[in-house]
Order: sequence, then structure tokens, then C-alpha cells
Amino acid sequence: MAKWDISRIDEWKGDEFPLGACIPESGNSREYVTGGWRSQRPVRDSEKCTQCLICWIMCPDSAIVVVDEKVTDFKLDHCKGCGVCANECPADAITMVPEGCELPEVK
Amino acid sequence: MATQKTVSTTGNIVVADAMRQCRPDVMAAYPITPQTTIVEEFAAYVAQGRVHTEYITVESEHSAMSACIGASAAGARVMTATSSQGLALMWEELHIASGMRLPIIMANANRALSAPINIHCDHSDAMGARDAGWVMLFAETAQEAYDNTIMATRIGENPDVLLPVMSCLDGFITTHSIDRIDVLDDDTVAGFVGEYVPQNALLDIDQPVTHGAFSGLGGPFFEFKRAQRDAIERSREVIKSVAAEYSELSGRPFGAIETWGMEDAEVAIVVIGSTAGNTRHVARQLRAQGVKAGVVKVRVFRPFPYAELAATLSGVKAVAVMDRAESFGAEGGPLFLEVRSALYDAETRVPIVGYIYGLGGSDVRLDLIERVYADLSDIAAGTAQPGGLVYLGAR
Repeated sequence: MAKWDISRIDEWKGDEFPLGACIPESGNSREYVTGGWRSQRPVRDSEKCTQCLICWIMCPDSAIVVVDEKVTDFKLDHCKGCGVCANECPADAITMVPEGCELPEVK
Repeated sequence: MATQKTVSTTGNIVVADAMRQCRPDVMAAYPITPQTTIVEEFAAYVAQGRVHTEYITVESEHSAMSACIGASAAGARVMTATSSQGLALMWEELHIASGMRLPIIMANANRALSAPINIHCDHSDAMGARDAGWVMLFAETAQEAYDNTIMATRIGENPDVLLPVMSCLDGFITTHSIDRIDVLDDDTVAGFVGEYVPQNALLDIDQPVTHGAFSGLGGPFFEFKRAQRDAIERSREVIKSVAAEYSELSGRPFGAIETWGMEDAEVAIVVIGSTAGNTRHVARQLRAQGVKAGVVKVRVFRPFPYAELAATLSGVKAVAVMDRAESFGAEGGPLFLEVRSALYDAETRVPIVGYIYGLGGSDVRLDLIERVYADLSDIAAGTAQPGGLVYLGAR
């Protein structure tokens, strides 16, 4: 199935809107960048981190980047700054710091 | 015309039978007086293997409509039935069903809303849901309730419409009284309603879709609502064409409104549901006494047939609108407000009076309807002016 083209969404008229606000595609929530909602961001201390992966399990936005079974980063395009990772970390390796003005681009 | 069988039974039983004949894939329902015998009878059909429907028993009407929405989004033909408090409990889902453009068919046994607790007929339940985006049909008799259920399936599922349809019948008066009804055979109904071809079915794994997404941060929510308005406007023509086709099968005509004596009527009553029968009876008696009485019964409430009403009422000298529901604080009941609005563009200004009657099943005696016609005759003769809202027969 061809990718759903929403590039002209601002110009849609009448019947161009999909029936019942149905999105004719599935699994596309990763394209919805929600990082701009964040007021604080997680920062990980790699020396304290024991790689238990509890943050990866608990993150409600799948925003913990894991490569070869190791936490490497946060996906700031989707992290909403909820702080669940920092709260759950048994090694206190994650702290939440206030977000500055460097926000990811939000469309 | 198709062959029909004449049966003697209640409105609820023939509604259940019509649903069985439409062969829904899913029914999710919760019993509530006076709707109970619809879902009870349908459950028996399922148990007997007379219909292959997935029957979902739920713990509330909120869940019933939620299950209907899920099943309809999955691509199923879905039916349910409710009444009164049950419809009220479905309220938020009613809007979701219409917004998601899911052609769910629901029978509603019209019953008063609490408080005080009351199980008898009025139209408060359905009228409270009149802005929920559903097509709304009202039956006068068990026969009409049967016919409306079958037509509702075709109307809702029409690709130009794709909206849920509520098919109303008066609690106890129509749901529980034994009536004479002509029913079509199963094959005829199956052929008439056809197979439901869903669009954007969740179960279509070759074409995965997302239902129920968020459209709130600058998204085109407003335009989706406009699309819903366009769909219900298109349903006007679909209702007419489905009715024309159905009347060829059944021999029974169906209009958005049904008129009696309106060719030359000077005084007319507009009414919904079972009271139309008594109103015609009184009008017929008054005709014998020289009163040019007419009756307009509204069968389709949404979309509201304002053009048809304006056309039939524009020549009369006085109109009464009888509402079996309140709209507290408004100038009259819901039907009154609609009819008066429909007449605003008429060339002549027709005096119009609003009557609230029969709330909670209070009796609508013939002498009360005679009184309404007497009031109208006085207004038509110029010996009285339309007063405010009348609570007909209240002590």
C-alpha cells in the first residue's frame, strides 16, 4: 500500500478527508513528534548505569535507545519528559534537568 | 410485491425479528425496560441457531455501545437496542459512533428519563440524543417499527451516508401491545438489505488502518464535523430512495412526514409516534362535524424534514405541535422548536402553539386532543391568540 500522503493536508477539501477520521495506514505514531511537549529532559550518568534496562521496559513512549542490549541514548523526538525512567532507575543514574530553549523541531 | 405473512405480536418481537432477518454479525446489548424483550428474543434466535450473530453480553449500555463501535470499526454489521437511562448512559459513545461514521443500527424503546423514576413512554431519551449525529426514525405502530428497522439498515450502510441509525418505537404502547403486522419472508429481507461492505475495516489485514486517532492540535476536526453534516444531508435522498424500493416490496409507503387531511386542512396537529393514531381518529370525527382538521406525523426526525413540513403547513390557519419531551427553558419542546424554525421561511406567517403531553406515560385521552383542535379553531377564527406553552392535561 502506498504511503499515506498528507503533504497537502492544509489544502484538503470535502471528500479528501478520510471517512470518519480514519487513518488509512497503521503503525505511524512514530511520525508524530511529541518531544516538544517536554519541559524537562532525562540525562543518564553512564558510570552509574548498570544496564539493567528497567528504563527501557518502563518508558511509556519507547524513547530509550538500546543498541546491542545496552542503553545508549534517549529519543528526544518522542520523550515527553515524564520522568518515569528517572523514578524507576535503581542506580539513580538518570536525573531530570529543566529543558532549555533547544527544543526539537515540531511540525 | 413480495409475499408477506400476517402475524399478531408485539412491537418488540417484530423488531427482534427484523433484526434477525437483517443478519447482523454482532449484537452487543444490555436489557432495560421496555426494550428487554427485543434483546431477549434476539438472544433466543442466537441460541436456536436461527441467526449467526456474535451476541456480546455486557455489563452496561456504556459497554454495549462501546462494543458495537469496536465491532463496527472491525467491519461487522452491528445492531443493538436500548431505552431511557440506557440511552443516556450511551451518550458519549453515540457521538463516537457517528463521528467514526459507523452504521450501527439501534432500536430505542422510548421511555422517560429519571427523576422521578418512571418506566413509561415519552420521547425524552431520544430527544436528548438528537444532536448526536444519528439518523433518527420514529414509528407510530409495530408495523412501522418493523419496516423502519429494515430500512434503517440500508440507510445507515449506504456509502453516501455511513451513519448510525436510531429506530424509535414508543415504550409499552408500541413495544408491548399486541398488534397486527405483515412481515416479509427472510430471503426477501436478506436480498433487500444485501451484504454489508465495510470501508476501512480493522480486520482487513491487507489494508491496515488506524481508527479513533487524535485530531485536536490544529488538526482538521472542524472539517470532519462538516463531512458528518454533509453525510446526514445526503441521507435525505437515500431515505427517500430506500423507502421507494421498500414500498415496492411491502406495499407500504414511507415519507419523512406522513400527512392526513392536509390537502385542505385549516387546523393541523404535528406529532411523533403512537399518538398520531389517536390524533387521526379525533381529526376524522371533527371532519364529520365540518372542522377541516389535518394531521402531520413526523417519521424522520434527523435529518429533520423542514422543507416537507413548510410545504404542508404553509396553507393552514393554525398549527399545534405536540411534544412528548421537554426542552426545559426553551420556548417549547424539541419538535416545536424544529417546526417553528421550518415555518420561518414560509410566505405566510402561520400561528403555532406548543403542547407538552404524555410525559412519563401520562394518558393522552381523545378529549385532550379535541381540546387542542378546539384551541386551534379559536385561533383560526381570530377569537383567540396563541398563548405560551401548554402542559396538556396537567392538573
